Amino acid sequence: MRGYLGSRLAQILPTLFLVSIIVFGLQSLMPGDPALVIAGESAGDPALVAQIRRELMLNRPIPVQYLHWLDNVLHGNLGYSWRLQEPVAALIAQKLPVTAQLSVMAFIFAIVIGVPMGILSAVKRNTAWDWLANAVGLFGLSIPTFWLGIVMILVVSVRLGWLPPSGYVPLTENWVRSLATTVMPAFVLGNAIAAILMRHTRSAMLVALSQDYVRTARAKGLRETVVILRHALRNALIPVVTLGGLQLGALLSGAVLTEQVFSVPGFGKLVVDAVFNRDYPVIQGVVLVTALLYVVLNLATDLLYLFINPRLRTA
Amino acid sequence: MRKSLFAAGLTAMMLAVSAAPRPAAAQTLKIALREDADILDPTLGGSYVGRIVFAGMCDKLFDYNVKLQIVPQLATGYEYKDPTHLILHLRPGVIFQDGEKFDAAAVKYTLMRDLTMKGSLRKGQINSIQSINIIDPLTLELVLKQPDSPLLAQLAGRPGIMVAPKVAEKEGRKFGLHPVCAGPFTFVRRVPQQEIVLHRFPGYWNAKAIHFDRLVYVPIVNSAVRLANLQAGSVNMVEYILPTDVPAVQKDPKLKLAMSWSPGYEGITFNTGKGPKAKSPIGESADLRRAFELAIDRTALIKVVYNGLYTPIAQANPPGSPFYIPSIQPPKRNIPEARKLVAASGFKPPIDVTLMTPNSPDLLQAAQVIQAMVKPAGFNLKIQAMEFASSLAAGHAGDFQAYFIGWSGRADADGNLYSFLHTGYGFNFGGYSNPIVDKLLDQARLHTNIATRNAIYKKMWIQVRKDTPLIYLWALKNIVGMQKNVMGFRQVPDGIIRVQGMYLAK
Repeated sequence: MRGYLGSRLAQILPTLFLVSIIVFGLQSLMPGDPALVIAGESAGDPALVAQIRRELMLNRPIPVQYLHWLDNVLHGNLGYSWRLQEPVAALIAQKLPVTAQLSVMAFIFAIVIGVPMGILSAVKRNTAWDWLANAVGLFGLSIPTFWLGIVMILVVSVRLGWLPPSGYVPLTENWVRSLATTVMPAFVLGNAIAAILMRHTRSAMLVALSQDYVRTARAKGLRETVVILRHALRNALIPVVTLGGLQLGALLSGAVLTEQVFSVPGFGKLVVDAVFNRDYPVIQGVVLVTALLYVVLNLATDLLYLFINPRLRTA
Repeated sequence: MRKSLFAAGLTAMMLAVSAAPRPAAAQTLKIALREDADILDPTLGGSYVGRIVFAGMCDKLFDYNVKLQIVPQLATGYEYKDPTHLILHLRPGVIFQDGEKFDAAAVKYTLMRDLTMKGSLRKGQINSIQSINIIDPLTLELVLKQPDSPLLAQLAGRPGIMVAPKVAEKEGRKFGLHPVCAGPFTFVRRVPQQEIVLHRFPGYWNAKAIHFDRLVYVPIVNSAVRLANLQAGSVNMVEYILPTDVPAVQKDPKLKLAMSWSPGYEGITFNTGKGPKAKSPIGESADLRRAFELAIDRTALIKVVYNGLYTPIAQANPPGSPFYIPSIQPPKRNIPEARKLVAASGFKPPIDVTLMTPNSPDLLQAAQVIQAMVKPAGFNLKIQAMEFASSLAAGHAGDFQAYFIGWSGRADADGNLYSFLHTGYGFNFGGYSNPIVDKLLDQARLHTNIATRNAIYKKMWIQVRKDTPLIYLWALKNIVGMQKNVMGFRQVPDGIIRVQGMYLAK
């Protein structure tokens, strides 16, 4: 167990190193010139654009730029945003809690909707409940996030006036307004994942319900609720938890679109704006931190897996 | 009888006063911007929306009125001693938001900062200044290297924004994180992509014109969401409403619109002289470019894509601008004439043309309409959709045949012309070069009289129309959406929102 954990932790650094090289490489392939974007309405002055290139080291070879960046990162400095002149680390620290809140709320929506629907669908197989759950699942998978977001804004905010259409209030400032600004984007973000969780819970439950230990539990005279929740669901949850962990990571990338639609100033919006503005230090910082989060989430999922399935601990 | 008449009159007066819109106490004005501003340092910032935020925080030496004429702000006046010596008179009793005094030394400091600071985006705009002499605390003299008629317009733009010298000196490049100026509102906080919050500055020299306690700018990129925020009452104003969203605002009883002409335009730039892509039929033949233009029905195009709201033009300065030349009019669509020009060009139709188009939905739609319009004239137009920053880089590199690109516009004609049409200048994407045009553009810079400049520009337009390096399609409009209770908004054609005089009716 300890060895396993050690080897997984040891994989983190090389993974991040590789990610940073790939990001730098892809960035250099990206069309567009950051100096022109920074110059904005003054981009018509070639001397100015050349000066910006020099100042940002954009006239240096890519490996030199990379080594310079890496040296700074190893010294704990992710650099400064070219557009905002703010430290990248501060921007990430400011935006990460926003996306974390959104992702956790979306994940709660996904679990609260997806898992019970999956159980219901499996237990009431081939009934109206099953068909309804499948229809809801299909809806969740097929509806584009962007479209659902706009429709919800128009109906819930503009027509009914129940929730603010966009924006964000930090939890620490006013938790009620914070929930009011994030509930709609969280629902939109969690909707597709709820559908995926529902489908997987359903199939895992169907397998579990046909197992001998479930038949034995029923033969022992246990109540059906106990059989379903304690015996079938616990075993069915193993693949669902794995998937959930992966989806929690996917939420970070899914947040990109949702944050754009609802103008939530989170991680996703930060990276999208950075890409459009060719703000390379922000892109590099965000991708590095996202990669780190992914690795940590995967590790956490594996540990949870061990917790749920004791047989794996000795394997 | 007289008493009752007096009482009735008094009552009527009181009713009239109470019925008239009045400012509500402790007001906040929330304005939605189309994107987030960049660094809030007037020397280092380059975004258009940044100028809107600066208008809330920072006064300039000069400003524009609703006719886009230059008017005093922190300067009370100016005079040219001779074409290379500009005297500026400054407003007395002005203080910066940190309490520092605004005077000639502060102006000299700010202009020198623009000229010398590393990364300054303003240097090129005012580099005609050779030296600055302080005559007395409220008067200074700008000595110019050569006559520069657009300089005053620059001082009504970002280079004219005055910063508090002590803070700017102390903060250096970080000044934009906590800017201090001499405007109506002080900077409180900025959460990038979320909001910029300003509070009323009690020491503002024109404090009686300010009726808000707080000013909040929120960036909302998606136009539909921007509109939804306005409809839901989450913001008081939206600085830019898409023409296609105008009917929705007009239908809503809680909202109103303000529309004005803008110095900005949209057009198609041809690559006539930059790199290998200039070696195309459309790049080499002025006849083909004129034929292309003749095949476009601007009015129909604007009607289809922009609800007919924009104005067809054939020059860089729109009707409304003092630099507009009425005799330069867009030609009517004429396919037989266009075909004749194609035949005269010596190139065999269909003529392949690739139009690089930034991937905004409206421009792509406009490109498609143009594609259909130019086909009967013998053009096979391919649309190359590209993300804006990529298209800009391709434009600067000359990596295009035709580029669908506009300009936010400047009040002074030079700002809409020189860099776009003069040989070797930055926004001359297509590498257009004509010594006659260069000479006329240089000549116009030497004169401050508008009539004299317009006479020169008229000659220039005649030449440019012959060469057609750029097809000017339409002049933009500023379309501001707001709640019905927003009062006192003066719409200046540069699109920048000035809060002076504005208030929310009770």
